[in-house]
This record gives sequence, structure tokens and C-alpha cells, in this order.
Amino acid sequence: MEWPPCAPCRKSPVTAQQAAAQCNSRSSDSQQQHRHFQSREGGGDAEISRGTERSKNSLRPPRMKRRLSRDREDSTSSCEGQTDSCKRVKQPEDSGDLLSNWARLPQEILLHIFQYLPLLDRAFASQVCRGWNQAFHMPELWRCFEFELNQPASSYLKATHPDLIKQIIKRHSNHLQYVSFKVDSSTESAEAACDILSQLVNCSLKTLGLISTARPSFMELPKSHFISALTVVFVNSKSLSSLKIDDTPVDDPSLKVLVANNSDTLKLLKMSSCPHVSPAGILCVADQCHGLRELALNYHLLSDELLLALSSEKHVHLEHLRIDVVSENPGQQFHTIKKSSWDAMVRHSPKFNLVMYFFLYEDEFGPFFRDEIPVTHLYFGRSVSKEVLGRVGMNCPRLVELVVCANGLRPLDEELIRIAERCQHLSAIGLGECEVSCSAFVEFVKMCGRRLSQLSIMEEVLIPDHKYSLDEIHWEVSKHLGRVWFPDMMPTW
Amino acid sequence: MVVNSVHWFRKGLRLHDNPALQETLNGADTVRFLLESLEDLDTSLRKLNSRLFVVRGQPTDVFPRLFKEWNVTRLTFEYDSEPYGKERDAAIIKMAQEYGVETMVRNTHTLYNPDRIIEMNNHSPPLTFKRFQAIVNRLELPRKPLPTITQEQMARCRTQISDNHDEHYGVPSLEELGFKTQGDSSHVWKGGETEALERLNKHLDRKAWVANFERPRITAQSLFASPTGLSPYLRFGCLSCRVFYYNLRDLYMKLRRRSSPPLSLFGQLLWREFFYTAATNNPNFDRMEGNPICVQIPWDHNPEALAKWAEGRTGFPWIDAIMTQLRQEGWIHHLARHAVACFLTRGDLWISWESGMKVFEELLLDADWSVNAGSWMWLSCSAFFQQFFHCYCPVGFGRRTDPSGDYIRRYIPKLKDYPNRYIYEPWNAPESVQKAANCIVGVDYPKPMINHAESSRLNIERMKQVYQQLSHYRGLSLLASVPTIQEEAEPPMSDDSQASSSTAAVCNYTP
Repeated sequence: MEWPPCAPCRKSPVTAQQAAAQCNSRSSDSQQQHRHFQSREGGGDAEISRGTERSKNSLRPPRMKRRLSRDREDSTSSCEGQTDSCKRVKQPEDSGDLLSNWARLPQEILLHIFQYLPLLDRAFASQVCRGWNQAFHMPELWRCFEFELNQPASSYLKATHPDLIKQIIKRHSNHLQYVSFKVDSSTESAEAACDILSQLVNCSLKTLGLISTARPSFMELPKSHFISALTVVFVNSKSLSSLKIDDTPVDDPSLKVLVANNSDTLKLLKMSSCPHVSPAGILCVADQCHGLRELALNYHLLSDELLLALSSEKHVHLEHLRIDVVSENPGQQFHTIKKSSWDAMVRHSPKFNLVMYFFLYEDEFGPFFRDEIPVTHLYFGRSVSKEVLGRVGMNCPRLVELVVCANGLRPLDEELIRIAERCQHLSAIGLGECEVSCSAFVEFVKMCGRRLSQLSIMEEVLIPDHKYSLDEIHWEVSKHLGRVWFPDMMPTW
Repeated sequence: MVVNSVHWFRKGLRLHDNPALQETLNGADTVRFLLESLEDLDTSLRKLNSRLFVVRGQPTDVFPRLFKEWNVTRLTFEYDSEPYGKERDAAIIKMAQEYGVETMVRNTHTLYNPDRIIEMNNHSPPLTFKRFQAIVNRLELPRKPLPTITQEQMARCRTQISDNHDEHYGVPSLEELGFKTQGDSSHVWKGGETEALERLNKHLDRKAWVANFERPRITAQSLFASPTGLSPYLRFGCLSCRVFYYNLRDLYMKLRRRSSPPLSLFGQLLWREFFYTAATNNPNFDRMEGNPICVQIPWDHNPEALAKWAEGRTGFPWIDAIMTQLRQEGWIHHLARHAVACFLTRGDLWISWESGMKVFEELLLDADWSVNAGSWMWLSCSAFFQQFFHCYCPVGFGRRTDPSGDYIRRYIPKLKDYPNRYIYEPWNAPESVQKAANCIVGVDYPKPMINHAESSRLNIERMKQVYQQLSHYRGLSLLASVPTIQEEAEPPMSDDSQASSSTAAVCNYTP
């Protein structure tokens, strides 16, 4: 294994070969991309033997905290063991200090180096000698783990090897602190995740993430099975700070268990699309977890009481609130939230981000945007009417980002101008299947000026008029933005 | 000295602007088109006292034999910039050298030599269309096309044609190649150079369009195959891209009496050029794994869903009509392509673009390797720095494009009696309407295979998950940079200064 001659990228751990490749070809874009995309892909081509596996486990090395003293008992023996085992290797007299220095490498350095390596390379390194094997098992290296559970029938991705999983549970479960599960669309993968969860009895997790990379397979499990696995973690952790359980069958009672054990530490809770939770369930969380800084849920769980609970004196400032508004059936009726509740939120947490994603039919927007609402990031995932966009202009003074997937094909000139006038914080806008006349668009950009850092407009949106043609418009817009700008294009065949 | 020359047709199935025969073909319609093109070429050559010789087999096996049999001293063909083509041709050139055969290769399938563009872009292919256009803007005009081969030119040569030429070297029929013909010979797209040139003339007749150069707005009519459509002919090389280019350019300058036409006039040609350039040095261009420009997205593996999409049984009339037209005619409008590609990949089914690409390869007449793979990557937001926020609704987009519903009625006759209000979403029609239309959803026509609102919500989350981890795209993608609190274990977001400076370079489109 050759060491790369330059500092590897910390974010996406790079194997030695890749780092070497990166150094040889630095100049061009594609090579830069090559580095990043390749490192996502994980390891080399070697077939795995002895229970280690080809993993896409692109671990981010945890910031090295000075915790070695506490865990010394694990590693003291390893230092001696390492020196011993390396002494056994015959070293030529004049090979110099280099080789003998390798043998005497302090554990801290070894740990630091290992943290840069993706799991596969680390596993290879662990086979070199007893000392390195012991380093491989140092607790610091097992704080973070991402279990990737995929079945060949339902995913192209590789999975974490079952033997490795067994090893982790046996030797490292009490070291795990930041854990996530990435599962594909098969029920087996979700079951495997639950299996592992139920065995994390000695764990004191800080972070738990259950992520479905395709269809939400956790929803296909028997609810009780899932809940019992999850509550093992809730009960044992007692210091959960971050929990991501979107698209799972979590329910009110399990949330109660969560709260009973982790109310002091919970900071982040993401539970979009959890159909078994009721507004009362989430209210319980808000009432008890006063440190909650980030929350993601569906609109049907939102209530005036919830917002008031999040704005109570005992509660810290909320930083992010993400709400998904999804239509289950056409013509669905949605409840309204009082303006006073939103006002209380803003008073309590003046800087909070309110992120709202709408997936509604055009005629379901009735209750929305009738009053002022402190939304900052707004996404319309389906067609939204001109009228609603008009109301957005009137009632969303804190708007920072607006993304419109589609609109009926009538020009949005007035609506855009109004948004430019009244949404003084708007810095990002995206328009998909819409229509805006070129003149109005230029006016819009002129009014927003340089605060528009993201302007993503599909080419078909802009309608040439007497003042501007398509070829001229990008100069005008670039002028007002202060940088070169073009609309987004789609290939024409 | 007598020169015995063999011209090897691969893509350039024309006599105009042709210094070079497509081997990899799958679908019957594509093969039919090719065979028609070969017939056409043969007919044209006959007028010049020559013939087309169709030889079957691998080039590496066939050529040594031919070199000996025909005493060949020179081999000519059109340059193929695709990676597989380059490899094959390198082997042939080497072999030809061993046999003392001189090879002459000319670049005429694309406007420019892709290597030239790559060189001008700091030795890497431009990965945004705007950057590509900026480079092209700085280049000289493409080389002028050569006129059609004349009688005089051919008079200087003599082709030995045997009496049983058709038996040994004739253009095979579809049946001979193992395809079943449908009997119906009136195809919408007829192969061949003659047809291509006729269509070109009709295309240019739409002078108003060229003169004002307004990007043609899509109307309901655009969805149907146009008698002036040219894309399959460009793919097979029945029409020279340079002839097309110069015809457009000359007409524009004549009508506008101005200096140069805007690059946007050549949209179709430049996109094609863009993808050829992006692909030429990337043998993994048509797959996700191992492809340096492709984002690794955890697509779902679901053969059943893929089959429903490919066979037009999704339960969404807009999608099904498009896939039906594709299967029947071999061509669909580019916006229709966007709709079905989005539906298959990032919009609804979350299935890999590679699967969609293979289906198009089989069914689509103008799907060449580079353009097909590149477009699929583009449409699935897997490459080329695309924004993924705009999702084409399988109901709304269709309805906005063709409010009359005639397109649906034409390709899904079962739904023809549905009123406009429900024809894009028949499952929402009350039972009485369904009965009146004689088409019950779930019985006569499939139920929708997914819930679009739910799928698009899920998929936007998936795309965000992927993009949030790509430092290379940070700051470029709307929605991806969603605010969230940092967890202790994660290193700070702006760690990678090297990556951000390179993304800045791309993002600012510096020429």
C-alpha cells in the first residue's frame, strides 16, 4: 500500500490509488469530479477475503477528539504488542531509521492515519501485524458507522458484509455513537436493520438515522417488530441528540419512550411521512424536549399547540422547521394554522428557517397563504396556480428560496414583480414549467439585484417580447446579477 | 499505379459529404431503417455504375479476406469518435498496415473533431452546454461539406460487379436477419439519403421559422411525427450534419441580410455535438458505475416496474401514449422524451437511467450511443450539473401540452371516449363516466402504478440526500443546500477548498 504524496481529502476518504491518480491529473474539471465521484464509489477492485467486504462505506472520520486517555486501557497493551511483533521481522541493518520508526509509531498517529482510510483499506491494514490489528479495533474508529443493507435483487449497491456486522455488534457496539442505516426497497433490508437495532443494547447512541434510499421499506415491516427494535435504542441510549426516522411506522407510544429517556438531549428530530403519529404524539415531544432545535414533519401533525409549545419560554430557539404538505387524495381538506401561532414562533426564534414542501393539486391550496406566514424556503412540487403565487408574494416577507416546479401556462409577470418587491430576503429562485415574459423577468432581476445568488430558470420559461429576445436576455440579466448567467437548458434531440 | 479502394460504410450512409456501417442495432424498426438506407445507397451507387457490397461478419475477420480477394490497396472510412469505434478502428488500421493497405479517415459525422473542442477546453470535454457553446463560438466555422459524388468522379473508377452480386453482397432483408416484419410497409420514417435530402428541403421551406428564429413553441401538433424531422437521418448519417448546418446558415443569412446567425439556430446539431464530445474519451459513458462524470445514485432495481414503463402499461395515459408512439413509430418529440425519462428515473419510478437508455436504444431511431446515454444522464440529473427540482408531472405536463387529448386518443384508442377532463387521469373519473367511455380503470386500462405526489416527494428527498453529499455540487443545486444543524460527527461543510474553487470555475462558465 503506497501512501499518497499529498494530504487526502478529508470529506470523502480517498484510497491510496485514487489519491495518487488525483495528484497526477489535477488540472481539469473532469478529473476533479473523478476524484469525488470515485471516492463515493468506494474501494478498489480486489475481491474480499476473510470476512471483510467491499463497502461503499464512505465514512467521514470523526473529528479527532482527545479521548485517548479515557480509552487507554484498550490500547496500552497494543503498543507493546506492536513493537514486539514488528521486531520479529528481520530488518536489514542499514535500512535506516525509516523502518524502525514505522514500528514505533505511536497509537495516536496510527489512529489519525487510519481515520483517513475508508473501511476496506483499514481492514487490509489491520491484516499487516498485530499492532495494526489492534489499532483497527480502537474505539475511536468505531464511533461512526453506516450500515448499508441492500439485496442484489433490489439494488445495484453493495452491502455491508454480514460478518462485519457481527463483528461490530460483538466488539464495538458499546463504542458506537453515530449510527445510520441505509436500506434499499426490499423488506429484507429493513428487517436486517431492525435486527441490528435490537442488538444495540449496550449502545449509547448520540445519532441514529434510518434512511431508505429508494422505496420506504421500513413501512412494509410489521409495526410492532419495528417499534420494539427502535425502542431498544431509545431506552438504552439516554443521550440521543439526533434522530432521523422519516418514512417509518413509528407511533405515539414509541415517541413517548423516546421522550422519557432522551428529553434533555434531543436536538434534531426528522419524521416526515410517519403516518402512525398523531398531532398529540408530536406535541408530547415538543412539550418535553426543550432543547429541540430542528424538526421535520408532515403538515397533518402541525397544530397551533405545537407551535406554541415550541415557542414556550423553556424552549430553546428553534432553528429549522421542515413541513411537508402532501395530498393523499384529490380534493383533500387541510386545516389552517393561526397567524398568531406563527407570530409566536417568530418572536421566540427570530432566525428560524421554515421550510415547506408542497405536493398538492392546484385546487387544494385554499387554506394556504391567506395570512402572513414566516416561510423561508418554499417548494411547489406540482403545478401551483398564478393566484397562489400572487398570495405568496403578499404573505411571505421572510422568503429566501422559492422553487416552482410548474404553473398553468399564463405569464407570471405580476406575481414575480410582487415577489421581488415584498420578499426582500429572496436570494434563490427556481422556475420549471412556467412562463414569464422577458421584460418582466429582467425587471424582476433588476429589482432583486445582487442578492440573487441562485437563479435557475428553464429556458422554455422565458417568452421573448418586443424588448428582449432570448439571445439578448442573458446579457441583461447578467448585468444586473453581476455575474454571467444563462437559463437552464434541456437537450433537444 | 492502380489503386484498389474500399470504402467502409458504418454511419455515413450517404453519398453526399461522405468520405464512411452501423453494426450494433437492436430493434427491428432501427434495422429496417438501416436496411432501407442501404438499399437507397445501393440504388444511388448503381446510377454511378457501382454497387454497395454488404459483407457480414466481424471487421477483423472480414477485412483480411477482402484485402486478399480484392487486392485492396486503400481503405477509407468516416471517423467514428465513440470510444468503442475508436478501438475497433485502431485495430483495423493496424491490420491494414500489416497488409500494406493505406487507410484514409475523414471526420464528417460531427461538425468538428471532438478532440479539437476538448483541446480548447483545457484538455477536458465541456460538461455544461453553455461552456460548450462558448468554445464553439471561438472556433472557425465547420469545414464545408463536399458536393455529391458525380458521374465524372466515378467514371475514373471501375467496380467489378459480378452477376450474382445480389446473392453474395446484396442488402439483406429483415427476415433474413431474423426479424419478423409486420407486413405493413408504410412506415412513418423511411430510411435513406434520398428521403433525408427531400426532408431537408421541406425543413428549410419553413422559412418563417428560420428567419425569425423563434424557438418553436411546442404545440399539440409537435407531438406527432413531422415530415420534416431529421434526427434519425443525422444519426445514421443519411444526412450530413454539415450540409444541414450550412443550409440553415445560408438561408438565415439570405433572409436576414445580417452577419451571423445565433448559435441557437443550430440547437439540434450542437446538442448532438456536445454529447459526442463528452463521450469520445469515456468508454464508460453509458453506465453509472465507473463513469467519472456520473453521479452515483442508489436507483431501485425493479424489473416489473421497468417492464410496465417500457410497454406503456403504467396507468398514466400521457406516459403510456408516448411509449406506445415510440414503440410503433420509432420517434417521439423531445419533450415527450423528457416526460418519460423523468417518470422512469428521478420523478417517479426511481429506476436507473441505464435501463431507460437500453429501451430507447432498441426503439428509438435516432438514438446513437453518445446522444442517447448523454441525454439519459442529463434527464435523470446524473451528470452535467442539472437542477433536479423541476419534475414533470405525468398528468399535468401532458394536459398542458395537449389539452385536447387527441394525442392520447390516437395512441391509446381504448381511452378515446373519455372526456378531456379525465383523459389524463382516468382513475379519477366517476364510475358513470368510465362506463360511458366503455373503459373501466383496473379492467380495460391499468390503474396508475404509483401515487405521483408521494413518489415525487420521496424522490426529491433521495436526490437531496445524494446531492448534499457531493461537495462538487455544493452551492449549485437548489433544494440540496437545505439548512440543517450540524451533527458532531460530521466535519464542517466547507472543508474542501479545492473542490469549491473548481466548482466556482465551472459555475461561472469562464471561457
